[in-house]
Amino acid sequence: MQLEKFYYDNKIVKYFGNAMLFWGVIGMLMGLYAAIQIYLPASSFDFAPTTFGRIRPVHTNAIIFAFVGNSIFLGVYYSLQRLLKARMFSDTLSWIHFWGWQLIIVSAAVTLFLGYTTGKEYAELEWPIDIAITLVWVVFGINMFGTLIKRREKHLYVAIWFFIATWVTVAMLHIVNSFEIPVSFLKSYSWYAGVQDALVQWWYGHNAVAFFLTTPILGLMYYFLPKAANRPVYSYRLSIIHFWSLIFLYIWAGPHHLLYTALPEWAQSLGVVFSVMLIAPSWGGMLNGLFTLRGAWDKVREDPVLKFFVVAITCYGMATFEGPLLSLKSVNAIAHYTDWIVAHVHIGGLGWNGFMAFGIMYYLIPKMFDTPLYSKKLATNHFWLGTLGIVIYALPMYWAGFEQAQMWKSFTEDGVLKYKFLETVTNIVPLYITRSVGGLLYIIGVFIMIYNLIKTAKAGNFIANEAAEAAPLLKVQSQQGEYWHNVIERKPLMMLLLSLILVAIGGAIEFLPTFLVKSNIPTIESVKPYTPLELQGRDIYVREGCYTCHSQMIRPFRDEVARYGEYSKAGEFVYDHPFQWGSKRTGPDLAREGGKYPDSWHYNHMLQPTSMSPGSIMPTYSWLLDDDLDTASTPAKIRAMITLGVPYPKNYDKQANADLMKQADGIAVNLQKDKIKTPSNKEIIAVIAYLQRLGTDIKLEKKAD
Amino acid sequence: MKFIYYIEKVSGVDVYGLFSLILFLAFFTIMLIWVYKVKDKTIDELKNIPLN
Repeated sequence: MQLEKFYYDNKIVKYFGNAMLFWGVIGMLMGLYAAIQIYLPASSFDFAPTTFGRIRPVHTNAIIFAFVGNSIFLGVYYSLQRLLKARMFSDTLSWIHFWGWQLIIVSAAVTLFLGYTTGKEYAELEWPIDIAITLVWVVFGINMFGTLIKRREKHLYVAIWFFIATWVTVAMLHIVNSFEIPVSFLKSYSWYAGVQDALVQWWYGHNAVAFFLTTPILGLMYYFLPKAANRPVYSYRLSIIHFWSLIFLYIWAGPHHLLYTALPEWAQSLGVVFSVMLIAPSWGGMLNGLFTLRGAWDKVREDPVLKFFVVAITCYGMATFEGPLLSLKSVNAIAHYTDWIVAHVHIGGLGWNGFMAFGIMYYLIPKMFDTPLYSKKLATNHFWLGTLGIVIYALPMYWAGFEQAQMWKSFTEDGVLKYKFLETVTNIVPLYITRSVGGLLYIIGVFIMIYNLIKTAKAGNFIANEAAEAAPLLKVQSQQGEYWHNVIERKPLMMLLLSLILVAIGGAIEFLPTFLVKSNIPTIESVKPYTPLELQGRDIYVREGCYTCHSQMIRPFRDEVARYGEYSKAGEFVYDHPFQWGSKRTGPDLAREGGKYPDSWHYNHMLQPTSMSPGSIMPTYSWLLDDDLDTASTPAKIRAMITLGVPYPKNYDKQANADLMKQADGIAVNLQKDKIKTPSNKEIIAVIAYLQRLGTDIKLEKKAD
Repeated sequence: MKFIYYIEKVSGVDVYGLFSLILFLAFFTIMLIWVYKVKDKTIDELKNIPLN
């Protein structure tokens, strides 16, 4: 059999690696900045782009799509070629993929800083960038599948199935969650509203975790761990079982982000049950990884790469045990909206994603530069610093989460709430400070790694194109009695299709009923669309990222009803494009904020939160008082809403601004009564209008009783 | 889209639910049987692909 000579492309791998490190540092520094702002709100410098509400999405997008994203491509481009014994299908596509992705990241950073956001977590990027993501993802897919088709290795190793499932599911998630109607070049409204939007969003959001932060990394684990340990994976059978179970079950878990909210009970229950079942396939992956090292633990003592992998896989196991537990309604009742969730996220992010990325870099750079790692000692120091950083990050956040939940739910003997919301915030500030120390240690570790890798690269010679030889593939006839999974493993397109069907099932079953079955979204007579002024105010709320600190969803608990008012009903959110239920209460819930305070309170609060709430950690929003409201956009926004089915009167777009001015003038008059002089065309007027509307629709109904 | 009872208007709609359940059970049952039955030699070949 004549062996074919060919070359693996290492240059693209190196570039993805550099991009990963670059964006990783930026993303982590943004995270540190956000963490510091929570106890030093003055560090936003009264400047819109650097407020927490803008920084937080920059952090999450940079970490998820720029850091982990580039780490995925780094690992996939390296391992795919070698597992298939073929160079990437097209070098041109490789470079379009690389530069396209980096361009997307840059545009993400710029737009997010400037407040161009959809207001949906991990899907904040506006519609032009969504389109760019789709195009680049397709380029990636063509490159990957082209390589699969021209491969010289007959069988698709398990890592490849994970890559295929990742590709197809991310495509599905991104497209479905990004259904939005553009209003202007950088503004759109979610096609979905209220409860449906929440369900689609968290179907997407949880599966961004599943299929962007987990499955591709599991694929990388199945390649790099055996390579680094020089032994095969513990159980191939287990990898088959846990792969199919994982991709089927994961999709259904989304509703566990919405427990005790206005999401219909049946959807919540599905989310709980499937999340609990998910322990099995997740731990299948963890055990497969850890058992691969059985009898070889002495290697872990010597090799920093294996140290990182072991802690990464362990953190994966912890997070995938904690996740299902958090999905139990009783646990969720305590944890939701608290810093416990933040701890959970960062065990996974810092531990699993970060450490896998670092381990892979420590493995790859010496290999690609054909030289030993500059300093094993420094790498080991990085390992310990990073591990310590994870612990010092997570433990304060667990503590803070428990404290918050407990204080929120405390009543005095007389049956009134024991603590004001603000007290529950100031109480945990020391823990916020400690957490940022953990993050700092983690980042210092990353800098040590970068130094180590640069010294390694300088000492070596980069192999841009690595020579390889392999026999070409013969056309394979199906053998008698051939194991069924082998058949699929030989047929990448079939693998793609089957994976797609499996992941689509969960989404379809959970969604379609909420769209089609009336009883799932009970409409409330008294709930009316937002007025034009309130709509503009809502868009400012989204722009400033208020939802990153404030929730708008009162759960049916005694303490929440006592603190915030009547619990939230699904029918109240039917016109909310997008929904803004929020995930975190760094600040109090705002679902029934309307009418709680006079207009002047809100005016003063936005200008200087501590003037109304002493000790508040909210940043200042003084530009809202100075900047003019963009009323030119009102007609287009109303028309978009009408297209989405919001029942404004016909041709209301022509009337809208007149009504807007009238309502704005009314608020200005109110402020005047409290000695506040302001023109009625400022953004703050719109924000006040929106805040004063929140939750008031059903108050009217109650009064009628 | 109007909020009406779409799904119950499809005659015999139960068959979709039944089909889904059967498909799910069938897929995973067959998968488990085959995993149980596959030869060790095949497994060894597959798990060593990254090391070759």
